[in-house]
Amino acid sequence: MKVLKFLFTGIFFGIVLTKSQAVSWYRIVEMFRFESFHMYGIIGSAVVTGLILLQLSKKMNLKTTEGNPINLPEKEKKYKSALLGGTIFGLGWALAGACPGPMFILFGAGYYSISIIILSSILGTFVYGLVANRLP
Amino acid sequence: MDALLNPWTWYVSGPLIATVMFLLVYFGKTFGMSSNLRTMCSIGGAGKVSSFFDFDWKQHQWNLWVVAGSIIGGFITIQFLSTSNPIEINPTTISALSELGFSAPKSNLIPSELFSLEALKSPYNLAILIVAGFFIGFGTRYAGGCTSGHAITGLSNLQLPSLVAVIGFFIGGLLMTYLFFPIIF
Repeated sequence: MKVLKFLFTGIFFGIVLTKSQAVSWYRIVEMFRFESFHMYGIIGSAVVTGLILLQLSKKMNLKTTEGNPINLPEKEKKYKSALLGGTIFGLGWALAGACPGPMFILFGAGYYSISIIILSSILGTFVYGLVANRLP
Repeated sequence: MDALLNPWTWYVSGPLIATVMFLLVYFGKTFGMSSNLRTMCSIGGAGKVSSFFDFDWKQHQWNLWVVAGSIIGGFITIQFLSTSNPIEINPTTISALSELGFSAPKSNLIPSELFSLEALKSPYNLAILIVAGFFIGFGTRYAGGCTSGHAITGLSNLQLPSLVAVIGFFIGGLLMTYLFFPIIF
């Protein structure tokens, strides 16, 4: 039963991203060409809502279902890798028009050829793991 | 029913995505889809060749259930919660894409010029998809997260490295769109 809440959260996520068309290659092209507010509105309002929810829950000392205080891990302060890795990711994101959430959602939506993207992204992560120590 | 079947506007979708992020935090986890790629490497035995994958993947099993759910969510939406109306993207985008050889979207979410089974028969198209996926998987782990981990969770949590990563996402995205698209397509 423990896994069901994660399964349902994922189902909800898949529905929201498909209904918002954020999984669409066309929407990503449109975003990077600055020809629509749609994606900026989605990301912007998600961040603002998320900020409010996190701040409120910290103020109210909300506990997780496991009984611990709400505590998000700090992101590692590796700015160079964030910028370089981010740029490489951005190249792939714009070309595939999908990122690691949407690629799975699109598979469920019946676009089975997206499995090429899924498999090659697993390969990319694998190669990163091999060379991670040698990167700037 | 129409409200359910028609596309959802940004101010409905954005807060709902934040809800997903918050639910996972409330469950004591964090929202990060790309971590699953690392977990999948670990399940496949990659821990034998790199310590980066040498961890107890069962600790991350919950996130694979999120993946399973998102696949089901995509299926449910296409089967039961959609119309066959074309995606209404900006006509300027459509004409720019037509110059690159892409037809206007019909009811499809992704272009058949790249993703149809017919397109996969072209080694050139196949290579494009493989390179795109490789960059996604490599870049996201190098950056320490993707759109969900950095753009949504990290920015909501006021993490400076996430802002830097998102700036990187856009440098890469803009380079691809303006510099490489005309070369590739």
